[in-house]
Amino acid sequence: MSLEQIIFYLFSTILIFSSLMVIISRNPIFSALFLILSFVTCSCLWMLAEAEFLAITLVLVYVGAVMVLFMFVVMMLNIQESVSKEKFIKYLPVGLLVSVSIFVEMWLVLKSKNLVNEVAVSPIRHDANYSNTKELGEVLYTQYMFQFELASVILLVAIISAIALTLRKRKNVKFQDPVKQIHVKKADRVRVVAMKSEKL
Amino acid sequence: MVELSDYLILAGMLFSIGVAGIFINRKNIIVLLMSIELMLLAVNTNFIAFSHYLNDITGQVFVFFILTVAAAEAAIGLAIIVVLYRNYQSINVDDINAMKG
Repeated sequence: MSLEQIIFYLFSTILIFSSLMVIISRNPIFSALFLILSFVTCSCLWMLAEAEFLAITLVLVYVGAVMVLFMFVVMMLNIQESVSKEKFIKYLPVGLLVSVSIFVEMWLVLKSKNLVNEVAVSPIRHDANYSNTKELGEVLYTQYMFQFELASVILLVAIISAIALTLRKRKNVKFQDPVKQIHVKKADRVRVVAMKSEKL
Repeated sequence: MVELSDYLILAGMLFSIGVAGIFINRKNIIVLLMSIELMLLAVNTNFIAFSHYLNDITGQVFVFFILTVAAAEAAIGLAIIVVLYRNYQSINVDDINAMKG
């Protein structure tokens, strides 16, 4: 067993264990923490497959941003711990049935010898001067330029919609509206009253 | 030497775990979103394994775009959950029945 295989099977075991814990644990906080563990482990596996840029991106974007968002929401919303063991048992058989049958189908496809083994060539091991980021960037900024800009538009839409969804107008807040302040007329503020002068 | 089918079987197991998570946690929207993230992770692992074993960088470009879309989806989904909680004081799936679905 080579070192590469040992690393692969070690990280695969951790990945499967932690993703099982994500769906089993009753407390959403533990689920989020185990999901972070699975992301980090999976990024190590991606690094083993020489996708260094995406491995780092997974840690930065997912663990650094998305999972922090998850933790933030889980902690902000006061969710009472879990919805009874009964429901868990109730949906366990059908969930197991569907997921095991999906896995068996995938496995049968993979084991049909003429698919994977003919397609796969032995991967080229790159030397230390090889830059995965550079190669990815060269393709991304030339061949996939339009799709890259579409992705940025999707992110912009996500930003605007997330803000627009959670924005709320509060009624009783002390706030000066600048538009109203600018458009105020003299007649709105000052009332001239005609009256006789009084004697002292 | 790690084979391509090792990566594919690992990704298949991960995907099945995500599907099972959707079934057994169907009361809890947040864990549902996490299960979807697990399934996306499995798909991305497939793309990266094929990209490595076919010596083709295009698979990694696909993963890049999937990561973008998944991040946007998670942000919007969590925003919807926050709005739901503000209106119903609960994120239990059984309480969300305004549309009689």
